[in-house]
Amino acid sequence: MPSTPRRAAVIGGNRIPFARANGRYARASNLDMLTTTLDGLVARYGLAGERLGEVVAGAVLKHSRDFNLTREAVLGSRLAPSTPAYDVQQACGTGLEAAILVANKIALGQIESGVAGGVDTASDAPIAVNEDLRKVLVAINGARTVQQRVKLLAKLRPGQIVPDIPRNSEPRTGLSMGEHAAITAKEWGVSREAQDELAAVSHRNLAAAYERGFLDDLVTPYLGLTRDDNLRPDSSVEKLATLRPVFGTQFGDDATMTAGNSTPLTDGAALALLGSDEWAAAHKLPVLAHLVDAETAAVDYVHGRDGLLTAPVYAVPRLLERSGLTLQDFDFYEIHEAFASTVLATLKAWEDVEFAKDRLGLDAPLGSIDRSRLNVTGSSLAAGHPFAATGGRIVATLAKLVHEKGTGEGGRKARGLISICAAGGQGVVAILEAA
Amino acid sequence: MSTDRFRDLSNTALAGRLGVPRVPLLRRYEPGQPLLPGPALVTSVGAGRFAKPIAALVEESGQQVLDAVGDQKLAAVVVDLTAATTLDDLAAARAILTPAVRKLAPSGRLLLLGPEPAEASAGAGVEAAATAQALDGLVRTIAKELRAGATANLLVVAAQAPPAAVDSAVRFFLSARSAYVDGQVVRIGVPVGSPQDPAAMDSPTLPEKPLSGRVAVVTGAARGIGAAIADTLARDGATLVVVDIPAAGENLAKVANRTGGTALQLDITAVDAPERLIAHLTQRHGRLDLLVHNAGITRDKLLANMDPDRWKAVLDVNLRAQLRITEALLGEGTLLQDGSRIVCVSSQSGIGGNRGQANYVASKAGIIGMVRALAPVVAEKGVTINAVAPGFIETEMTAKMPLGTREAGRRVNSLRQGGLPVDVAETIGWLGQADSGGVNGQVVRVCGQSMLGA
Repeated sequence: MPSTPRRAAVIGGNRIPFARANGRYARASNLDMLTTTLDGLVARYGLAGERLGEVVAGAVLKHSRDFNLTREAVLGSRLAPSTPAYDVQQACGTGLEAAILVANKIALGQIESGVAGGVDTASDAPIAVNEDLRKVLVAINGARTVQQRVKLLAKLRPGQIVPDIPRNSEPRTGLSMGEHAAITAKEWGVSREAQDELAAVSHRNLAAAYERGFLDDLVTPYLGLTRDDNLRPDSSVEKLATLRPVFGTQFGDDATMTAGNSTPLTDGAALALLGSDEWAAAHKLPVLAHLVDAETAAVDYVHGRDGLLTAPVYAVPRLLERSGLTLQDFDFYEIHEAFASTVLATLKAWEDVEFAKDRLGLDAPLGSIDRSRLNVTGSSLAAGHPFAATGGRIVATLAKLVHEKGTGEGGRKARGLISICAAGGQGVVAILEAA
Repeated sequence: MSTDRFRDLSNTALAGRLGVPRVPLLRRYEPGQPLLPGPALVTSVGAGRFAKPIAALVEESGQQVLDAVGDQKLAAVVVDLTAATTLDDLAAARAILTPAVRKLAPSGRLLLLGPEPAEASAGAGVEAAATAQALDGLVRTIAKELRAGATANLLVVAAQAPPAAVDSAVRFFLSARSAYVDGQVVRIGVPVGSPQDPAAMDSPTLPEKPLSGRVAVVTGAARGIGAAIADTLARDGATLVVVDIPAAGENLAKVANRTGGTALQLDITAVDAPERLIAHLTQRHGRLDLLVHNAGITRDKLLANMDPDRWKAVLDVNLRAQLRITEALLGEGTLLQDGSRIVCVSSQSGIGGNRGQANYVASKAGIIGMVRALAPVVAEKGVTINAVAPGFIETEMTAKMPLGTREAGRRVNSLRQGGLPVDVAETIGWLGQADSGGVNGQVVRVCGQSMLGA
């Protein structure tokens, strides 16, 4: 094992086009999508029959039968069945956290190669039986005598037939993610116009990326879908302005968040291929970027003052300090667009003098970024956001972006920052640098 | 793929009693299959220099070689007529062939070798040229007369070509790999490039894996004939890079994984397509031994109704992309090496024309022009370029044809049936071998001796 950690290389990635929920992938399971995405990656990099160090992925909405989802995907794929795998789950941070886990093992010399990412379906979501019914059924299963069973059966009630459908809400607040984001948007005074503008740019950038073939080696079509079906290349601020607000409607005229500047429920999967430089060279595979460092933060959105999706605001300054970088030292910023308002509130928080002093404990704010470097090939507002898949999408995209650019200001290697907010008040951030 | 029900019915006992002409089931290649299923007659008229090495080649494959027709059924008949210069020689050939064709087994092979008429004329005079040209007509006629899936083909061999130059062609035409190549004339010259793959110098190429160690690119590989080409080349030992448009990526990934190759999603008409293909090959393999230009589309309209978009789309994919990619690879200079091969997929309609396909036919005929023009140029680098021209091949595309058109297409050839994608693929595999350097600038039809464009 090397005494000093090496940097893990990002070699590339693969995803299937993201599909709006209950649409093209309505009948595809998480296992179907993850296996297909893995096979697409195998095809792109010629890995059929190869034993990799490990495959790490996860899903946010997960059936109990998928307890070993990623390992099952490996067994169903063209990778060698001797490739180990495990699942992780950190809400929308899953994909990036998986990449960090794989990168760290590579850095330590424990593995030479790995695949990281995630999958989610909002269409083929698990539906649990009613909690009351579940308790009765569990008790019947445990009953020892016929009398006990009859007695328990008598407890069944018609109302128990109503199933438990997973909700997009925080268990501790009962508020949906959108409602939480709306509170944060109001707090930071994020305007409707700014949100619509960000959404329109996201669609425009992703459409342009498809047009120039940027996604040719990032996406493999699935079930006849060749591009993300949430993408609206002709989206405009004017069109977005006509939509009525759906979150924060309690704020009346100050409600700003619409279906156009929020991500829709989406189905899809994305994976990134990582390895050591040596492994990449031995397999004649390109090294696009190195994962330099990463940080995960969490905030107390239940009792404290912080918003649900604001943890990256804390994670980034900690990461920058450790790396000796400023927020302006990047050529690309990939800030996950859970909602347009989330991105804008995050940027405002980094620009705010008081917030820096009071909440981040910094003498000066991080400052503003060059917005032309933000989500340059589009992000979740355009592509969609299958929760656990977003990290894999962004890692592969950013690796390709820094590789294309090569060098940044002053001849240093091109560099990009990833920032992903997640349910439960968490945030995962990372730095990639061109190889 | 449509199934040929008529062929199946024609092989039943009832059909036999009713006198329905039988559509033969062709013998096709499977790994491990011997070169020939029975003995071969190998002989010559005059002092032909190929009969002996060919007899040795057949014996080496484990099959018996006869020098005269006896009671046994013959799996193959090879007659070396390269020294035939007179009408008396031609009569001698007739004397060999008449009893021989009667003994030819189902899916039997008749292979003639003859001299180049122009060379014959310069060497031995007008009668020699007439004799040489007579073989051309003779073999086409025998092909039309043979039954039960037997084929007849002619190799026209240059006077300067050494005996070993014909080996890969002889193996191909005798084997089941050439099941649907019938009535064809292939010219063989002095071999271009190293007959052995530089990558496989240390480990001699196994007859089972004639493409081992070779890196092959197949465009349009997601479906149909392209996918069959990828499968066949991989079976023969090649390392595959399969290319298709990004929208076809789902199938392409399956082909790549099935063949143990890599999938490259690339629109070959994109401005930077040659550059991206070269970058991929340089990064992953550092060489290119076999380039198969297979990608093709149709946008059918009568010329009277042809719009510029339909014209451009077909010409861009089927011809311009081939021109640009080939030019870029030749300019790049390191990927294509001594012994590398280029094979382009043309079409029989590119030879004979086809109603409603002016754009397609122009592109496929253009490919033939490109191949002929590039052959002497690439030969300087030890590279060959050839075209295959498929006739009626059973694919998803032909399955969509109206029944009448489909049946007509299937039956108007000497084998009375459509070919399979693998028949095209086998021909490409043969042309892609390092030891096929004697064949350059040729168009090999894979059409069962179709009447169309012949």
